[in-house]
Amino acid sequence: MTDMAGLLDDFVVRAGLAGLAVAVAAGPLGCFVIWRRMAYFGDALSHSALLGIALGTVLRVPVQATIVATGLIMAAFLTAFARQKRLGSDALLGIFSHAALSFGLIALAFLGAVRIDLHGLLFGDILAVDRIDLLQVWLGCAAVLGVLAAVWRPLLAATVHRDLAQAEGLPVARAELAFMLLMALTIAVAVKIVGVMLITALLIIPAAAARGLSRTPEQMAVLAAGIGVTAVSGGLGASLTWDLPAGPAIVATAALIFSATMVIRKTGKA
Amino acid sequence: MTALLRADGVSVRHGGRLILDAVDLEVRQGEIVTIVGPNGAGKTTLVRILVGLDRPDAGQVRRTDGLSIGYVPQRFHTESLLPLTVRRLMTLGQRAGDAAVQAALGETGAAHLTEAAVQTLSGGEMQRVLLARALLRQPDILILDEPAQGVDFRGQLDLYDLIAGLRRRHGMGVLMISHDLHVVMAATDRVICLHHHVCCVGHPEAVAQDPAYQRLFGREAAGHVALYSHDHHHVHGPDGTVQPGLVSCGHDHSGHAPGQDDPCSLPSHDAHFPPPPLSPPSGAGSRCAGGHSHD
Repeated sequence: MTDMAGLLDDFVVRAGLAGLAVAVAAGPLGCFVIWRRMAYFGDALSHSALLGIALGTVLRVPVQATIVATGLIMAAFLTAFARQKRLGSDALLGIFSHAALSFGLIALAFLGAVRIDLHGLLFGDILAVDRIDLLQVWLGCAAVLGVLAAVWRPLLAATVHRDLAQAEGLPVARAELAFMLLMALTIAVAVKIVGVMLITALLIIPAAAARGLSRTPEQMAVLAAGIGVTAVSGGLGASLTWDLPAGPAIVATAALIFSATMVIRKTGKA
Repeated sequence: MTALLRADGVSVRHGGRLILDAVDLEVRQGEIVTIVGPNGAGKTTLVRILVGLDRPDAGQVRRTDGLSIGYVPQRFHTESLLPLTVRRLMTLGQRAGDAAVQAALGETGAAHLTEAAVQTLSGGEMQRVLLARALLRQPDILILDEPAQGVDFRGQLDLYDLIAGLRRRHGMGVLMISHDLHVVMAATDRVICLHHHVCCVGHPEAVAQDPAYQRLFGREAAGHVALYSHDHHHVHGPDGTVQPGLVSCGHDHSGHAPGQDDPCSLPSHDAHFPPPPLSPPSGAGSRCAGGHSHD
């Protein structure tokens, strides 16, 4: 029996399908993270996922929902605090990011380590993805891609020049709000795959690798998705072959691809 | 002629400072209006309100129904993080066919830049591309915030020629900001001299002769290069009072009130410079405030 249902019995197939979906959604979204200089913002948001998980566990609701909620609350806090001028945004993000991580770890410790696989939360547990997880990941990623496609034009225009986009009547505020929502949703979906510590890597490394090879924003988005897929495939393969931790193997593969594009770019220019 | 855009008594206050004080202004169809004023005079604040980016604290802005604005902002810096060709920039906020894109770029003399990466453009090239981009919207009015910024002198003259040519061909209204009246003179129908409030309004030559303008710009009006920030150190006496005779608008205007300790206003300022529509001056003195409707 090699029908679809049978294939999904294989944990490697499930892991691969989940990873590919996340990579395809994270690539284009990661481009915006890079263009808008929000890598540390993404870090702070993903660290807040730990609090979301603790909250979901206590309230006995799906953790994905509470991760999205805490992510949005974090985004609102960061946006509000960004208006003050006494601290630079790097310091501000550093504070929020590590505070979210620490409070999240404390909250999880209260819940008891027995019930929660901390290592899996921090670094991902892609090989433990079950059918329900897989369905959630695919639905989540499809939603991310769908909404991103819908707000692409105003979001891109606002990223290039916010005032100009606004003066030209594009729905800038709505697009930026949607972008925050997409970040929170992607984090909720990707926690299972690479863990809260490595989500930002999955967002920015494929996008960064794609930058040197593209001439338009759309090219960069598609390439980033492709590079993400390659990284997931390569990382999973390496993990199975050499018994490496899967999440870090995926990120490491992405980083190697990034280095390769840097070399290609340099030699191409010379 | 119909006013495409008009501001009535627009005032803006930032932390107790009056940035714009009851500014009146209008731009009619086919007319080039230039706002001149020193740095920090509130020019960009005014333009942001006119294009609808900010709201005034008092007063209002009226646009004709369905007015299409072609806006060119002051700073357009694109990070090299974002790959962007001129072609892609043209259709970023609006859909347009390739032929229309090419025609717009051709009109501003930027057709050869179509495939260039935005980050590689010089200041003058960027302004031409942004102008083409604004043209693509088939604007009734072009609003340009310091279009000549970062462009060399020769390039500035070319750019203002280009803007005048666009106005001739398309008959749109043009509102632009400049801090150098002499460069824009040839391409301007009406100058509004702004320093938080409207100091004077009129035909460029008249404004250049206007005592209010000359006080505002100090030595610059006499053809010298003056640095406003440099003037700052010479404006105040040792006791903090403003030295008469050395007055230029480089000094701090915090707590500014019209007609009071303000170098650009004549003693009877309010009587001399009624808001547009232009009416004859109510007193002798300035030639600037009236009688210059060029139409």
